[in-house]
Amino acid sequence: MAEPPPGRGPEGRGEGQSGLGLYVHWPFCLSKCPYCDFNSHVRETIEQARWRAALLRELEHWAAACESGAGPRRLASIFFGGGTPSLMDPGTVAALIDRARALWPHGPDLEITLEANPTSVEAGRFAALAEAGVNRVSLGVQSLDETALRFLGRRHSAAEALAAVALARRSFPRFSFDLIYARPGQSAEAWRDELGRALDEGPEHLSLYQLTIEENTPFHGAWRRGELQPLDEEAAADLFDETQQRLEAVGLPAYEISNHARPGAECRHNQLYWRYDDYLGVGPGAHGRLTLDGRKLATRQHRAPEAWLAAVEAEGHATRTRQPLDPVQRLDELLVMGLRTREGIARAAFRREAGAEPEALFSGRTLEQLQEAGYLALDAAGLRATAEGRRRLDAVLRHLAAGQRPAAEAAKAPA
Amino acid sequence: MTDLSHIRNFAIIAHIDHGKSTLADRMIQLCGGLTEREMKEQVLDSMELERERGITIKAQTVRLRYEARDGKVYTLNMIDTPGHVDFSYEVSRSMKACEGSILLVDASQGVEAQTLANVYLALEHDHEIIPVLNKIDLPAAEPLRIMEQIEEVIGLDTSDALMISAKTGKGVAEVLEAIVKRLPPPAGDAEAPLKALIVDSWYDSYLGVVTLIRVMDGRIKAGTKIRMLGTRAVHDVTEVGIFGPARKKVAELGPGELGYVISGVKDIADAKVGDTVTDERRPCDAPLSGFKPSIPVVFCGLFAADTAEYEDLRDSLGKLALNDSSFVFEPEVSPALGFGFRCGFLGMLHLEIVQERLEREFDLDLITTAPSVVYNIHLRNGAVEQLHNPSDMPDPTRIEFIEEPWIKATILVPDEFLGAVLKLCEEKRGIQQELTYAGSRAMVVYELPLNEVVFDFYDRLKSVTRGYASFDYHLIGYREGDLVKVSILVNNEPVDALSLIVHRNLAEPRGRALCAKLKELIPRQLFKIAIQAAIGGKVIARETVSALRKDVTAKCYGGDATRKRKLLEKQKAGKKRMRQFGNVEIPQSAFLAALKMDAN
Repeated sequence: MAEPPPGRGPEGRGEGQSGLGLYVHWPFCLSKCPYCDFNSHVRETIEQARWRAALLRELEHWAAACESGAGPRRLASIFFGGGTPSLMDPGTVAALIDRARALWPHGPDLEITLEANPTSVEAGRFAALAEAGVNRVSLGVQSLDETALRFLGRRHSAAEALAAVALARRSFPRFSFDLIYARPGQSAEAWRDELGRALDEGPEHLSLYQLTIEENTPFHGAWRRGELQPLDEEAAADLFDETQQRLEAVGLPAYEISNHARPGAECRHNQLYWRYDDYLGVGPGAHGRLTLDGRKLATRQHRAPEAWLAAVEAEGHATRTRQPLDPVQRLDELLVMGLRTREGIARAAFRREAGAEPEALFSGRTLEQLQEAGYLALDAAGLRATAEGRRRLDAVLRHLAAGQRPAAEAAKAPA
Repeated sequence: MTDLSHIRNFAIIAHIDHGKSTLADRMIQLCGGLTEREMKEQVLDSMELERERGITIKAQTVRLRYEARDGKVYTLNMIDTPGHVDFSYEVSRSMKACEGSILLVDASQGVEAQTLANVYLALEHDHEIIPVLNKIDLPAAEPLRIMEQIEEVIGLDTSDALMISAKTGKGVAEVLEAIVKRLPPPAGDAEAPLKALIVDSWYDSYLGVVTLIRVMDGRIKAGTKIRMLGTRAVHDVTEVGIFGPARKKVAELGPGELGYVISGVKDIADAKVGDTVTDERRPCDAPLSGFKPSIPVVFCGLFAADTAEYEDLRDSLGKLALNDSSFVFEPEVSPALGFGFRCGFLGMLHLEIVQERLEREFDLDLITTAPSVVYNIHLRNGAVEQLHNPSDMPDPTRIEFIEEPWIKATILVPDEFLGAVLKLCEEKRGIQQELTYAGSRAMVVYELPLNEVVFDFYDRLKSVTRGYASFDYHLIGYREGDLVKVSILVNNEPVDALSLIVHRNLAEPRGRALCAKLKELIPRQLFKIAIQAAIGGKVIARETVSALRKDVTAKCYGGDATRKRKLLEKQKAGKKRMRQFGNVEIPQSAFLAALKMDAN
């Protein structure tokens, strides 16, 4: 598939969407990593059959909800996340993929991604997962340095990770892996070396995250106690800039803040989030966005695994939030997601979500100030954050939020 | 009414921590003024703050019944006076109400600047003075050296000085005996028209305004219709009495006596310290000399840190003013800080005390702007304006000249620190008047502009002398000065709360320091921020807060849309606490921090 031009995809999506995404959350891990604030849990035993049945039931529930909307949707992507979905019974993965394929029309390019840990045990399931239909894996390598792997609480060694990468390359049509950098005490030299070894693997896609201290994690506690000192803003910014330039030079430009791909090899599922298209969330704590009759719903399933399981078995779903979003909220989310990407936000998306052209949505010189500073670019295609703007995106978003026009006023204003 | 020859009225002059309150406590005990059970440490300092800081803010009196060694019973009226220069006007009124003083000096510390100022006040009022050396039981006591110092610095004969330890009670009985033997009794004519001095007045929520007076001539009792000669207020007396130290009603007060008067006075401004009270039906021919209302010389803005507390702040200031006629306030609006009050004080300690009482007694979180003095602005059109707030400064083209208040400051310092003190005074535009040595201590007298003193003089003095200097001052009048207003601009917009008036020669370093401080305090923003100090249109200092380099969430997927949106919603709601400067918003807290550093 050819790389879509900046702004919008080529498939005549117009005011509409690029397709439906399906997210399946597997909430279990063998152990919790100290930096992770995702909805993950450690359990002695997991009743795989019950979980399979429940996940399928909730999938059916969302399919029925979609039916009540307008017209059939094309399924563009399935994503198994977690937790550690590589610990799922491959049979469950296969059952979910089969059911989804049966429920929605889809093309041959249906992307089916699964997140996996690069341990030897999980690599042993790659063949079965490929058999089940998974055509892309995303490996949580995180580091190629043994000390760093221990610091990050990972259960694999660097050698194990590289072996898993090699196996993934042979087992799946597409693969990607994650690295965490800007770790405490990490020198630019050490990161250069580590990144070099990662690039030697010839990935078509890389996710490179700067370490973030999230609340309610062991790292946060250590940071509060002064035991963990994150890199300062300057050093982190230098590492970020150098990484961006290097990946650009080797043909893996950033198509999002932390995601790099050979053009055409972008993760379509994540692009769907950033384009603010619809996606369904199945499994504990899974979020969704679903447009029904012009109303966009924000949905969330029960977070606790056992409570989710009980609710689905009793009611067919474990939806805890089903909140219609107003145009201001839709604009906020559109900006939060869309400005992360190099392609930015298409004008059609502004019309679809906020009911107006971008110029009408902000008061005074808000957009001009950000353009003059070189943080944003606004043209016929839409609104984009530049590289400088993306590096400061949270601050750009705060400035945009402060400069938003009241919704009623924006609706009246000429586009 | 007591026979004049059996009355002695006296004040105790002492530096902070030299043991004044302890001595007072012992004397009360010896005279049986309070039972052992009623005796609290430092009975006279009734405000929590006074007890804690060990200082006296308001004048207090106590009447003691003393049976002397000659077998006669004497009435001793002790006036506990504020020790600080800010309240020197109250001290002066207290001195006027008695005939003698006890000069209490720590036998190891020696005479301090404040003591000196108060001794001079006592001498001005023709007081007989009894030198008393306290804490002679301490190993560090050097009574002979200190006596020498008293003779040299004050010129007081110390041959019959008393040696005591107020803490253990040793020698306190001799102090009482000396009061009777050595201090003169008051004079006065009970049959003459009523003439009494207001020594203090305060608001009591049960009694209304209570006025403490010293009767000079005549008598006062319940039913007397009194007139304040200064304020011309007329009221009916409902009760007179004394403090022993407990409040006790008496039939009447006569010449030489000190006591309280309760009348219909509702507003403390009607009973000003220093005013003369007389009988409306039979008035005295002339008021007591020297009455002048105390005038605030230091001003600052007080704002509630939480704007929702504005009403509370207003009520609290009102309550404080009820009890403190020298404290004034009026509403002020600052674009940077919101709604607050411009408040006037007698000096820096007075300011600090009011601020502390508001925070402690009224539980308010306060923002105090940099203190400034009152300037006389002489305009080209001949008019003279009093400027209380730098941001109200008229356009320079309209100004003929500006006058600023000057003080005469006395500093006593161990001579090893003398060099540093002289340097500091010179830096603060001081003019040396006197430099004398007494033992290993030097006494320097400087004339200084008050605005330099309110800026950071106390702190600097404390730090260059490691706390060993003592300092005292009094206002000597207004002098023309080459003064300019320095404005602080953030992205070319003035921050009113930070503007200041300084001497032209000091404008640049002061402006540069403030810009540098703000640069530290203002968090980096999306855009670079220009901080400038300017005199009129001329920029004299500048700093730049560069734009932040990186501020982005590393991971953001489907589940994060909600979380990130809620963060933005929260931020929109919190916008009120930010102030817009061009394209950036700066949290109020940055300006507050700049002010707080100035005030301390």
